[in-house]
Amino acid sequence: MEQTININLNHVTRVEGHGNIIVNATNGKLERCEWQIPESPRFFESMIRGRHFSEIARITSRICGICSVGHQLASIKATEKAFDIEVSPQTDKLRRLLKHAENFDSHLLHVYFLVAPDLMGAPSVIPLASSHPEIIKRALRLKAVASQWSGIICGRSTHPIRIIPGGFSKLPTNEELTQLKKDLLELAPDLEATTQTLLSLAEKVPNFHRPTEYIGLVDEKEYGLYAGKIGSLMPDGTRTLIETADYRFITNEWVSPLSTAKYTKHLMESYMVGALARINLNFDQLHPEAKKPAEALGFKTPCYNPYFNSIAQYIEACHSFFSGLDLIDDLLQKGLVEEKAPSYQPKAARGISALDVPRGILFHDYEYDAEGICTSANCIIPTNQNHANIQEDMDKLVPEMLEQGRNQKEMELGLEMLVRAYDPCISCSTHYLDVTFKK
Amino acid sequence: MDKPKVAFFDFTSCEGCQVEITNFDQQLLNLLEAVDIVEFREIMKETTSDPLDIAFIEGSFSRDQDLPGLKNIRQRAKIVIAYGSCAATGGINALKNHKPDYQYKMEVYGADASMPHLETHKALPISAAVKVDYSIPGCPINRDEFVRVVSDLLHGKEPYLPNYAVCIECKKKENLCRFDNREVCLGPIARAGCGAICPSNNVPCEACRGFVDTPNYASMIEVMVNSGLKKEYALTKARMFSANILDNNLSPK
Repeated sequence: MEQTININLNHVTRVEGHGNIIVNATNGKLERCEWQIPESPRFFESMIRGRHFSEIARITSRICGICSVGHQLASIKATEKAFDIEVSPQTDKLRRLLKHAENFDSHLLHVYFLVAPDLMGAPSVIPLASSHPEIIKRALRLKAVASQWSGIICGRSTHPIRIIPGGFSKLPTNEELTQLKKDLLELAPDLEATTQTLLSLAEKVPNFHRPTEYIGLVDEKEYGLYAGKIGSLMPDGTRTLIETADYRFITNEWVSPLSTAKYTKHLMESYMVGALARINLNFDQLHPEAKKPAEALGFKTPCYNPYFNSIAQYIEACHSFFSGLDLIDDLLQKGLVEEKAPSYQPKAARGISALDVPRGILFHDYEYDAEGICTSANCIIPTNQNHANIQEDMDKLVPEMLEQGRNQKEMELGLEMLVRAYDPCISCSTHYLDVTFKK
Repeated sequence: MDKPKVAFFDFTSCEGCQVEITNFDQQLLNLLEAVDIVEFREIMKETTSDPLDIAFIEGSFSRDQDLPGLKNIRQRAKIVIAYGSCAATGGINALKNHKPDYQYKMEVYGADASMPHLETHKALPISAAVKVDYSIPGCPINRDEFVRVVSDLLHGKEPYLPNYAVCIECKKKENLCRFDNREVCLGPIARAGCGAICPSNNVPCEACRGFVDTPNYASMIEVMVNSGLKKEYALTKARMFSANILDNNLSPK
């Protein structure tokens, strides 16, 4: 086909942060195909240097409004590691419950508000509110309880308040947990309906495959989200496990002139992180109740279609929903009790953590001096790690679409949907921190 | 009568204040009945170049390349509201403002620091670029306050921000004073309106909403030092969210 295409999407809508898609083709010949990140950098690394350890999670939380729970948990885990702080089993369970809350909340926001309009042929949820009120009301019901879920545990879903080194500044009451369980159970029909909605839209998901390397947490005890080692899965099925402390062997950051965010690569030219990567790595460990929608949706691993990241997110939302309910039962069985905070002293030390947040694996790495003042830091954000993979996908997808004779509009939509499928969090990705420079 | 046209824009920020809006649930549906949201990039593909009744701007002004966009919004909008602390005062982004450019760029981008696309200036409030009619501070915004300000504007009432300290709200809630827990809290000078949400969760206030109009800052430093904080840290404590206020005496209107 001999199309002439000029795509200049500046900025892509319905994604967090600012990214551009530039594609030029003349008479069917591709001249330019770029995924650009023009997001304004914020220099968090510089901000936290010289700040006290008690402030660090509150500051790094502000890297991202959507993933603030994940950033705080990763931050606190790194600080606790530096000062050898052991948390109680109750704290550990509450944090895992909080992690599930964020996963559930973020994935539903993405699937309903950012992805569904494309599949339903609408520019956004705003017209869907009148054309499909039942779906939007359902989305808002799910979203409201999801936000309350994390709020009950950490005080507020955007920029949590209660997460502190050693535990929580305040605990939810047993009544709140009981009520939460009740509210969650009432959502079960809404989740079932979501499966049906997605099933009816599944054929609209583009058919595109590009095997890549998948990176995510792998934990022998459970589906990797909160703890574990860094796992890599190659297209030929080869798996490797790497210690968290060695994360730099995975990330190998580099700066592209197309982006204010750093790119990463490991064994291939790029790798993918996020729900699809995790589910490819850990499918067997999904909650049995989450395997049901996976089966209903015909989802099988390994899945090499990046557009299916949104489907993987929904399956993970179900995993977090049912795993969350199990954890609430577990916590309520004994009842939450006020615990004495573990005693600790700041010291000159380094702490590294890895956490798999909704958009993929996240690393926080800090160095502190003897007074607990941060002297250097490094955060590697999931979306950073996906940028190169998005570019690689575009490099394969655009020629395929030209070959299929797609027109400009179809190509624009296909590319926007690709970027959205990754659920990029671009504010996050340009706010990475770097450890290279020391006093 | 046509519903007022409102649009949401974002600059240097975490976009958390927008996320708070998606958490409004029923309040969001009520809001949608009262206004027409014509542009909101994070959740909408629709855009417009039409005149606007209210433009909500999130994020700081930190790059010259953002100025034409901000001027365009100002030109089209009857009312411009800077919402969230990044927009209202520069917020947390200003935490590195006291460092020279080369230092914070080197600290983050290292050998690549001189690449032209990484250029920024100090993180400033939106009012440093264009006239702002009202501010809704907070990191993140307080939902009830946001809805109240919008409701006031729709009903022809002048919106206001509380001009008293977080301590007042905290005392009303009968919270234990954080200073009695050997912590340092900025509640005595911080602008109220959040319901003292942090001290109510047993965490000190970091003054994310900025200060009251006439804070007794010297006395605040003295209290922090008397509570055991080293003077060098006491002097920089409030930089976390209020560096621009300290450096330039900026206060949201």
